[in-house]
Amino acid sequence: MLMPRRPRSMLITLLSSTALLLTACGTSSAGHGGSSADRTPKSGGTLTFAVSSDAGCVDPQQVGSNDTIYSLRQVVDSLTDQDPKTGKIVPWLARSWKVSKDSRTFTFTLRPGATFSDGTPVDAAAVKADFDHVSSLGPLASLATGYLSGYQGTKVIDAQTAQVSFAQPNAQFLQATSTFSLGLVSTATLAKTPGQRCAEGVIGSGPFTLAKYVPNQSITLKRRAGYNWGSSLWTKPGEAYLNSIVFKVVPESGVRLGSLQSAQVDAISSVGPQDEAAIRTGNSRLQARPNPGVVFSLEVNNSRPLLKDKAVRQAISEAINRPEVVDTVLTKETKPATSILASTTPLYTNLGRELAFDLPAAKTALQSDGWIPGPDGIRQKAGQKLSLRVAWFANLATNKSVLELIQQELKSAGIDLVLNEYPIAKVVAIQQAGDFDLAWGNVTRADPDILRTLYSTRLSNYYRVPHTKLDPVLAGEAGSTDPAARGALVRQAQELIVGNFYAIPVVELTTVLGLSDDVHGLAFDASSRLQFHDTWKS
Amino acid sequence: MAARLPPGLARYLGQRLAQAVGVLWAAYTLAFLILDLLPGDPISLMAGGGLDQTPVDPAQLAQLKAEYGYDQPAVLRYLTGLRHTLRGDFGQSVQTGQNVTAMIRQALPQTALLMTAALVLAVIFGVSLALLATYTRKRWLSQTLLSIPTLGVSLPTFWVGLMLIQVVSFRWGLLPAIGNQGLRSLILPALTLALPTSAVIGQILAKSLLTTLADPYIETATAKGAGRIRIHLRHALPNAAIPVLTMVGVLVGNLLAGSVVIETVFSRNGLGRITVAAVNAQDIPVMQGVVLFGALVFVVSSLLVDLLYPLLDARIVVAERFS
Repeated sequence: MLMPRRPRSMLITLLSSTALLLTACGTSSAGHGGSSADRTPKSGGTLTFAVSSDAGCVDPQQVGSNDTIYSLRQVVDSLTDQDPKTGKIVPWLARSWKVSKDSRTFTFTLRPGATFSDGTPVDAAAVKADFDHVSSLGPLASLATGYLSGYQGTKVIDAQTAQVSFAQPNAQFLQATSTFSLGLVSTATLAKTPGQRCAEGVIGSGPFTLAKYVPNQSITLKRRAGYNWGSSLWTKPGEAYLNSIVFKVVPESGVRLGSLQSAQVDAISSVGPQDEAAIRTGNSRLQARPNPGVVFSLEVNNSRPLLKDKAVRQAISEAINRPEVVDTVLTKETKPATSILASTTPLYTNLGRELAFDLPAAKTALQSDGWIPGPDGIRQKAGQKLSLRVAWFANLATNKSVLELIQQELKSAGIDLVLNEYPIAKVVAIQQAGDFDLAWGNVTRADPDILRTLYSTRLSNYYRVPHTKLDPVLAGEAGSTDPAARGALVRQAQELIVGNFYAIPVVELTTVLGLSDDVHGLAFDASSRLQFHDTWKS
Repeated sequence: MAARLPPGLARYLGQRLAQAVGVLWAAYTLAFLILDLLPGDPISLMAGGGLDQTPVDPAQLAQLKAEYGYDQPAVLRYLTGLRHTLRGDFGQSVQTGQNVTAMIRQALPQTALLMTAALVLAVIFGVSLALLATYTRKRWLSQTLLSIPTLGVSLPTFWVGLMLIQVVSFRWGLLPAIGNQGLRSLILPALTLALPTSAVIGQILAKSLLTTLADPYIETATAKGAGRIRIHLRHALPNAAIPVLTMVGVLVGNLLAGSVVIETVFSRNGLGRITVAAVNAQDIPVMQGVVLFGALVFVVSSLLVDLLYPLLDARIVVAERFS
């Protein structure tokens, strides 16, 4: 009779000690912020950063996963940088550049003196070798090859001047040169096979070098001595502050949180909504930024009979209460979508009014469209139920709960949503086959050209958008060098997509980090990834 | 070979070896079937880039599939894979391009260390529990001790692991919560992994001890004046241990399977983590390698156990059982 009580009392002990732990952290928050003496930046030290996953590959051109890019970004420099505040492209390895009127030729003038960590110079020949080589990686470097689509070649005009040309107008290329995917690597790296690059890493010219990679466990970076060609956005000239950075792979979110609170690590990625409060109250803080690009949306298969009807698409959009989705299941740092582009995307336009929650309007619109509620509350028309299948993938922990909430919200309007989960391996197959009514997803990209990638009928057009005047608008945006003219076209594209509900934007994907109060100067770049050059520890 | 094997034993070993090959082949084939039945394929997954739905060029994808042989029918891929495996070549990881044998060899020491530590702890805990439960004359204590194993196997290991981390590492700051560095980082994961195994050992051994202690030869020993401790350790334990030994193959298999969860919870590197990553990426060559390796461990430990029986109990002669 003693036994049954035993596990319960053990559980209580453990639970109460967890609670004690949390309270202990809560009371110590008086010291939050630190004294002013801590405020002077200092060099040295090791920063330990816990991420949730390892992509199994340490080549920034082949990897897309944020958790791995946080570290690999530090190893390579880019031709340009992008100001996260304004979206403007600014100098980095390239001191200046010229874009031809037709957006087909880009001439970069490199700063002198930059070298890769194997000692070879970062010159025009290196730029040419890099861009020539990217296409040979094919779909292994899908981001980079996408940026370089229509690539005709690079001309080495002199040691410091490289001219890149394309078969068609390619305005997005300038922003693409600021991304990690087109970060420059040395010729020695280009000679390796994709597999070797994955296992051994690349030789870049960045402020840190890859010192050690243990698959599934850690990535260690060391400061590059003599580094002196940083982005024009950075505040510290020359070398980085930190001696080294260790990225540890910690898959369990609770263990990441506890490791931050018990000072076993200095920073953590992928903070879930359940951990936010604890991080805010401890000797730690949250740092968040919406990812630019296309927000988390119900992507519409516009070729499906039910969804060809604009009234149905509009009713779905009106029946979704976006602020409720954020408040109920997402981190408090998340913003409801106010356009198809996230608010951090350059040339974003606020169309929030078009995406307001209006359940009565949704019901009226469906009613006058001939959709009458059946006995189970789901609307019907000519014997057909208003039932839609949404394809989704567990690439983010919150996807399921978001969709379940949307499912409930749509039910109040008489729309039945069937959730079909697929393994991530099926994303491509489902997109290509068009075997879905709706699909849940987003794409991170700090350039509005992502709209053309997704919704132009001249490219993959996975969402079967009809041939409309959206096409010339997107083509015009891709070829426009004048910022004002491009701005007007991008605005028009957003209005056309949101106004016609070719996609139904819901919430902005938000990157949330937990940082110890000892960590300073850790900045998000324009793509909401990280830059550690100016980071220091007190 | 100094001593010649008796003919019975040689034939027995031959039979066991044939069985082992059969088991390995079945494991390989089943794993292939299951992995191949999964929707999607590793190439699309790799090209898709993972986190978002960036479009992939179908022509490039087809080219990549051809490069990795995924344009071939399943039967052909199976036969090619089997041929390579027979030559000892598990192929390369689709995800990382690394040689599978090298990946397993790299991860194995960490997992082997974890499993060994867990097995030692499990034997210590399990045997102590069984001895104590059968030795005590207090009925309530015995009953209590005997019901601990049920609790031990019913607590999910990930929960136990997380709780140990919360208290021992985060609250008391005694041991690290993550990583493979040093012996200190081994304690918590080994303890967690040992728990369900020690419960099984404790339960089987206790039951077996109780049966053995009721055997007539124990009465004889008692009559001859042997003390209780001597009877327990010297007379009953060796005989009672045989059912436990039978389980060792299964227990080693359990430990290997348990390392998948433990290595994830404790952020350790090892075979378990390779398995998780390979499953997520549908990295079939790596999965095949891990499955075959697991089967091999199982087969070898079972064979060793069978060969050990005669040492514990002279009445058992392996060669004759099969002749």
